[in-house]
Amino acid sequence: MPFEIWEEARAREIIAAHATESGSTLRILHALQEAFGFIPEAAIPLIAEALNLSRAEIHGVVTFYHDFRRELPGRHVLKLCRAEACQSMGGDALGARARAKLGVNWGETTRDGRVTLDAVFCLGLCATAPSAMINNRLVGRLTQSRLDALIEQAQ
Amino acid sequence: MTTKIYIPRDSAAVAVGADEVAQMLGQACAERGLPVQIVRTGSRGLYWLEPMVEVETAEGRIAYGPVSADELDDLLNSDFLNGGSHTLRLGRPEDIPFLKRQNRLTFARCGIVDPLSLDDYRTHGGYRGLEQALALQPAAIVEAVTQSGLRGRGGAGFPTGIKWKTVLDTPGPQKYIVCNADEGDSGTFADRMIMEGDPFILIEGMTIAGIATGATEGTIYIRSEYPAAVAAMEAAIAVARSSGYLGAHVSGSSYGFDIQVQVGAGAYVCGEETSLLESLEGKRGQVRAKPPLPAHQGLFGKPTVINNVLSLAAVPTILAEGAAYYRDFGMGRSRGTMPIQLAGNIRRSGLFETAFGVTLGELVDDIGGGTASGRPVRAAQVGGPLGAYFPRDLFDTPFDYEAFAARDGLIGHGGVVVFDDTVDMLKQARFAMEFCSIESCGKCTPCRIGSTRGVEVLDRIARGQGVAAGIDLIEDLCQTLKFGSLCALGGFTPYPVMSALRFFPEDFVARVPLAAA
Repeated sequence: MPFEIWEEARAREIIAAHATESGSTLRILHALQEAFGFIPEAAIPLIAEALNLSRAEIHGVVTFYHDFRRELPGRHVLKLCRAEACQSMGGDALGARARAKLGVNWGETTRDGRVTLDAVFCLGLCATAPSAMINNRLVGRLTQSRLDALIEQAQ
Repeated sequence: MTTKIYIPRDSAAVAVGADEVAQMLGQACAERGLPVQIVRTGSRGLYWLEPMVEVETAEGRIAYGPVSADELDDLLNSDFLNGGSHTLRLGRPEDIPFLKRQNRLTFARCGIVDPLSLDDYRTHGGYRGLEQALALQPAAIVEAVTQSGLRGRGGAGFPTGIKWKTVLDTPGPQKYIVCNADEGDSGTFADRMIMEGDPFILIEGMTIAGIATGATEGTIYIRSEYPAAVAAMEAAIAVARSSGYLGAHVSGSSYGFDIQVQVGAGAYVCGEETSLLESLEGKRGQVRAKPPLPAHQGLFGKPTVINNVLSLAAVPTILAEGAAYYRDFGMGRSRGTMPIQLAGNIRRSGLFETAFGVTLGELVDDIGGGTASGRPVRAAQVGGPLGAYFPRDLFDTPFDYEAFAARDGLIGHGGVVVFDDTVDMLKQARFAMEFCSIESCGKCTPCRIGSTRGVEVLDRIARGQGVAAGIDLIEDLCQTLKFGSLCALGGFTPYPVMSALRFFPEDFVARVPLAAA
């Protein structure tokens, strides 16, 4: 997934676009992550300054929410649902298979930067379980062979 | 003549190929010179049949499903545009028993209309509730909601009318309506479905809540895992605004009300109302102690109604048809209908909106048709990751807030996840503790630390290191969690753990070490 290269002026522009909205911290963080792929450490003082909050407060928010990344993800992001409805349909075995095939644990990126494997707790597709999301595309009724194909296609 | 074809744009239908079907069908019809118009709808909620394609014929809509892109030529050769027979032909959707047996009030339009067509919404009875509300005094609207017996559909089951009355009676220059669309429970998808399939009903419900309580601003907090719901709500809000249903003069009245959408960031605990308010304010989603109640000091310290999507979406029906109409569905103190979600290892999975009172056994065996795997049903977890695991012996429990509570369970947001006999209940108990440890906001020590200790103790039991002592410790830990946590995350994690232990003790024995899942 192509992201912009970190540039302070661009970050300030994104922050300024949202800074006046109510409860804007999450909006700003989502917008920064959409642009840069993650929340660079250098963005934290900029947000703090714009919102008149401490760096600690912003750091606290970034680290509280599972969505916000602190480093660049792989070229592809594969999210597998680990929650109960998917477990009941064999989700655990798919999770183990994905980790073995990619050689990573949950939340890690393959060494060649190809795939980041994320655990997700429910995509709301519990009636077509097990489910996954690859680069924002939803996949239901996941099987071993479909999982293998997703991993294969993610080059 | 142009034939109308309806294909869901619902996320779960898309996840099993609805977009490909729509695209390929359009292409195939164009190649054959068949004039068709493809309308993308929400889902009917018959998910085991998705992608379900409906064709408008002389006898009404005829459904086919589950349709895959490579069957389209065959369907077209079978004259399916005129309702021709085919192995995938399901007949009229309303005649499918799963749908026929339901009482669709909230989901009456879902799967039928174009979600973003205001004309469709109004043609199918939309905005009649608002019309009624505008003819009433705020207190009378609140009274109607109280009389309907509606209780919070997010899980807590608190009477919605009482909540509204508190906000109405609390003076304040600014009040808020907050819609909790942080539907994080595994096994639930009703909020997602209605937001994607009939977003105007939520807008209408929130608008009525605003008029009833004197709030002029509404916010829908939608989890980030639901991008399609975010897009649908934002698009519908724009349509409502440009048509005068939102803004300074709602529907030409003296009431002003507008709605914005805010997106969460993957924290399960933000489904807890005070945590959600913190998140809306741009902070860590840490739970607040109550009192003060959000109704007195909620968002930015202002009086706030915070309701689940399904509670707010029930309101237009209550106003349009009258409180008595709604109240006449249900049993005991659980009035109206509940959109129950049948999920996991179940043959007929989907949304089943029905009056309270249906038993768990009817839902799982009769309506759901048993497991998808064909193996015997061993357990059903009702009410999400904080809900109890019920064994078959308890399948006579009626779907009712009090009946589930009396058996140490909860109906929560109405999710039912079915497991077959391959389930390992020690592993499920361990997962409940692990989930709590991952999602804990960190405010209460029993939840933050006790959950991690719980995982460790269960692992020791699995390794055979003091099974009896371990079970005693788990029971004690669950008591501490239950009584020492501010919110339901720590307070209810004991439900899945203790029910697993109580009803499936045979699984709490030493075995091959659990793989770190």
